Order: sequence, then C-alpha cells, then structure tokens
Amino acid sequence: MSAGPTMSGATRIAVWGLVGALGVAAPFLVPSYLQQIATLWLFVVFALTWDLGGGQMGYNSFGNVVFVGVGMYACAVTQIGLFYSVGAYTAARGGGTEFVFTMPQYLSGLAIGLVAAAVLAVVTALVLGSLVLGMRGHYFAICTLGLGVAGGELAAGWEWIGAGSGMTAPTAPDVLDVNSFYYYLCFVLAVITFFAMRWLLATRFGLAVNAIRDDEDKAEAMGLPTTRLKVTAWMFSGLFLGLAGGIYGNMNRFIDPTDLAFAGSTIGVWMVLMAILGGKGTLWGPVIGAVVFQVFKEVFWTYLLGWQRVALGLLIVLIVVFFPQGILGFLRERFPALFGHTVEAEIAEDAEEAAS
Amino acid sequence: MSGILSNLQILTVAPVFNVQLLIDGLLIGAIFALAAYGMALVWGVMNIINITQGEFVVLGGYVAVEFAHHGIHPLLSLPVAAAFMFIVGWLVYRAAIFRVVDQDLFISLLATFGISILLQQLMNTVFGADVQVANAHMGSWQILGGMVTVSQVKLVSFIICVILGLGLMWFLKSSRLGQAIRATAQNARAARVLGIDTDRVYAMTYAINGAICGVAGALIAMAYTIHPYIGLPYTLRSFMIVIVAGLGNLGAVIVSGIGLGIAENYAGFILGAQFQLAFVFLLLVAVLVVRNWRLQRQRRYLK
Repeated sequence: MSAGPTMSGATRIAVWGLVGALGVAAPFLVPSYLQQIATLWLFVVFALTWDLGGGQMGYNSFGNVVFVGVGMYACAVTQIGLFYSVGAYTAARGGGTEFVFTMPQYLSGLAIGLVAAAVLAVVTALVLGSLVLGMRGHYFAICTLGLGVAGGELAAGWEWIGAGSGMTAPTAPDVLDVNSFYYYLCFVLAVITFFAMRWLLATRFGLAVNAIRDDEDKAEAMGLPTTRLKVTAWMFSGLFLGLAGGIYGNMNRFIDPTDLAFAGSTIGVWMVLMAILGGKGTLWGPVIGAVVFQVFKEVFWTYLLGWQRVALGLLIVLIVVFFPQGILGFLRERFPALFGHTVEAEIAEDAEEAAS
Repeated sequence: MSGILSNLQILTVAPVFNVQLLIDGLLIGAIFALAAYGMALVWGVMNIINITQGEFVVLGGYVAVEFAHHGIHPLLSLPVAAAFMFIVGWLVYRAAIFRVVDQDLFISLLATFGISILLQQLMNTVFGADVQVANAHMGSWQILGGMVTVSQVKLVSFIICVILGLGLMWFLKSSRLGQAIRATAQNARAARVLGIDTDRVYAMTYAINGAICGVAGALIAMAYTIHPYIGLPYTLRSFMIVIVAGLGNLGAVIVSGIGLGIAENYAGFILGAQFQLAFVFLLLVAVLVVRNWRLQRQRRYLK
C-alpha cells in the first residue's frame, strides 16, 4: 500500500487532530464560507472513492457520478414518499404550503432516505459494475462517461421525479439550523470515508485491488477472483457516493438532473481531477487534491464569473499535461526520504564509485 | 408505457411513418458518419480519442450561424467553416495535443475533455446559450401523397457528406500528405526514420479532423440546431460509430453512421423525443458491453 508520507504515530495523531479540530471548529471560525467548506468535505468523499477505482485499481471511470445521482434522487424520493405522494409533490414543484415536514418527520425521513440512497447506489454499482467492469482502459472510461450522461438524460425525462425541471428537497423545519446540520453531516461522512478507505487499503482486499492495477492478467492467473473484487470495489465507492449524493441534494435544496445529480461533465470530471491533482493511488492525495481544487474553483467562480469554466478547462489541461503525477507524486519524486524510500548505504556507495 | 405501445401501433398501422423515419435517419446518419470519420482518423494516426470532437462540430456550426445572421447564404460558409476549424485544430494541436500524443491514453482523454469544457463555455460566452439555427431558406418536398416530408437542405447536406467522404478517401490514398499520414499510422517510428516529419503529420491530421468537424457542424446548423452544450452527444456518437465500424474502413463508418441515425430516429419516435439522447448514451453502453461479452468468450476483452 502506498500511503502518504510515512508519519510516526505521534505526527499522524497530530495531523488527524489538527484536521479534525479545524473541521469541527469551521462553523465558528468561518461561518460565511460554511456551504463551501461543506461542499469541500463532499468533494473529499468524491475524490477518495474515485481513487479507490481509478488510482488503486487502475479503472479510470468518468461515471462514478451515477452513484451520486442515484443516491440524491433515492434519498429525496424516500423523504417525500414516506409522508406525501411523490407525483403530487413534484407536480407542485415542491412548493405549496401543504407539503410541510415536522421535525421528527424530517429527521426520520432523512435517516431512512440516506439508507435507501446507500442501498440503491450499492445495488446500482453491483449491476452496472458486473456489466462494464470487464472492459479496460479507454473503453471503460468512455463507457462510464456514457453511463453518467445517460443517467442524467433518463432522470430528465422521468415525469414522476420532476423530469427536466428537477426536484426540490423537503423544506426543513425552522427550528433546525440547516447550514450547520448539513455541514456536520458532510464532515462526518468525509471522516468515515477516509478511515474506511484507510482500513480497506490495509486489508488483503486492498492488496488484491492494487494487484489488479499492476497486472490484472497476472492477478487472475494467481487465482484472484478479479471480477468479484472489481465489482466489490465499485460497490464500496457506490456506498459512500450514494450517501454523499443524498446529503448533497438536501444541502443544495434543488436537484437538477443534469447539472447536479448526474453532472457527468462537471462533478464527474472534477472527482477525477481532484484525485489526479493530489496524487493518484495515495490515501492523502485525493484529500489534498480536493482542498486545492475547491479553492481554485471558488476563486474562479468568484472572480472570473462567466469565464470560470474556461479557466477550469485550462486548469484541467495544465494539470494533466504538466502535472500528471500530482502533488504527492511530485513530493515523492523530490523528497523520497519523506515517503520512506531509502537507499541502502552500501548500494549508494557502489553507485557513487561507479559514477566517479 | 402505454405511450410507447401506441407509438408502435402507429408504425404498424401507418407504415408510411416508417419511410419518414428511415429517410430522416439516413440523412442525419451521413453527418454522424462524417464526424466519426474524423475521429477515426485522429484515433488511428495519433492514438488519441478526441473528446473535443463534438465541440469542434458545434464550433463549425456557429460559423454557418454567423453567416446566416449577416445575410449570407450558409451553404457558402462550408469552405470558411472548414478553413476556420482547420486553423483551430492546428492551434489546439500546437497548444496542447502535441504534449499528450505519446502519453497514456487516459491523459489525452482528460486533456481533450478539458479543452472541450473550455470551448463549451467560450462558445456560451461568445454566442449565447440559446439554441440557434443557420436558416438556409430552402423548402421541402412532400412525397407519398404528402405523408412524407423530405427537407431539401437535409438532402443537400447528405450529398455534401458523401462527396466529402469520397474526397477524403482519395486524399488519404493518393496525395503525398495522405500517404505520409497512413505511413505514420502504420508505424510512426519507421516513418520518422524514412524522413517523414511525424510531428507535422500529427498536426495536419488533427487540423484536417478539425476541418471535417467544421463542415459537419455547419451542415448540422443548417439542417438541424446547435447550442453550446450539445457537443458531447456528437463525441459519443462518433465514438460509437468508430467502435462498431473499426478504424480506417470508410464503408463501414458510413453504414454504421446511417444505422445509428435510423435507430435514433426510431427511438425518438417510439420512446418520445425527451429520451432520444438517453437512448444514444445507453446504446453506446450496450454496444460496448455486448462487444466485450463476445470477446470474453475467447478470454479476451476490450482494451
């Protein structure tokens, strides 16, 4: 397993403590940026789960956004369907005064909705994964790209869930401080995802997934059930992405089928980019990439309005052309000792002698 | 569901609607095939899957739209669209693509994806987000007792596509540059040893692809509609046609392009127009999955 810099136990606890403390304190430190930081935690989840497939397993997918979309709709539909008719709700465009959720209704709806989101996203990953994970390389990449945009088009044509005009998530009761509530949900999800990935990559499963990336044919010849492993990895991605989608939809209030839920050419590409920017195939890389990317994105959206996507496209090209190894990859090249790559003294001496 | 059944019923009760769908599919399929041929060229020669394909098409369409806005007949825009997109293609190659030619396919995939996002917003800023059309002011014929409409501009665009396809084939076969392109596609290293400037060949290939897309886009703007974010469907259609037809087989490209056009028109009619694009994307997935299954029987896979 290729983790981040090899840290001693004490430093590791210190880093975790620092990040955790910043995360918990953010609503008090920078209340005006709360929504942006909440989105950042979701981006961390997106990048980490993408990296499980793309970085650790070598299956570069543009379609993980499908799980976000499935989770988002599943959660919203469950939340509404528990208490009202979904068709009537979407027909009223989520407005009207008759669709009121009391506090217990809202919270229980959200809890059950998130479970439904996770389950449905995992099932989606199982079904789609069994279909498409057999192909490799760019065929897989383009096939998943097709899956992502197809999901958006299907949702945009389905009247029951609001079709092209989208869906509004239930309105929270006034007593709930929605901003901090969803902020902490996002934060907790990111933390859980991080430790889940950390644990997963340290198990035999993580080693097997890495073996598939390095040489799938050999891994199969050694007796690894590669297809089952690949689908399982996708299901793990689906689990966390489904939860993230459910939270994202509620946080954003308005669910647009192609711009938010199944945003193949925005969020679907961003998660790839975040993982690459930070360093593919590392644990901390996607986290760092998500932070840097979110900062860039917010700056572009604030100061380059109207040109933000031009800047973003340019950023993508620059990163993949000039910086494909990512931030951690760059650091590893420059400061190998930080990552525990040491050269044995004897070999170093021999090499020096040979050089001189 | 009942809508689908009643639409199917219409097709069996009034077979003349089939003629309409077949003709429409045939006419638009040729344009799909043209764009796909450009993609196959870049893929075969440079080993790059050009996600920017659709944006090149749309950009070419805006040349025709601008002509129509200034009162010039959009058919006259075809050479201009080709020349303009040739230059755009060349510039894009010189700016970014040449750095990713030798790299991992995923890198070039992402790089062209980035360029396509950039071009989308650029077009949105310059031309606006509205759906636009380059009005060619041409009528249409009613045949089979007025039940079937054949739009003249679509027929003209079909003929232009066929002529252009044949011209391209001749160009690749006989011209010096065409021969150099084919030699580079076969073995870039050997071509370099034999004195072919492969970098220039790559630049020209990418620029020629731009020109092909430019013409296809201008025809689409005349016969159909364009807007800044419609590029990705054209990219995926091209990709689908190329994987069905294989690289470097013009006849197969035309057949599968027209097949896709017809299938899409039928899907739009039976499932409803709102599901037409969903059908295209799912068809792409289905084509890949089925092809992969067939390969897996021989213990091989799509790669």
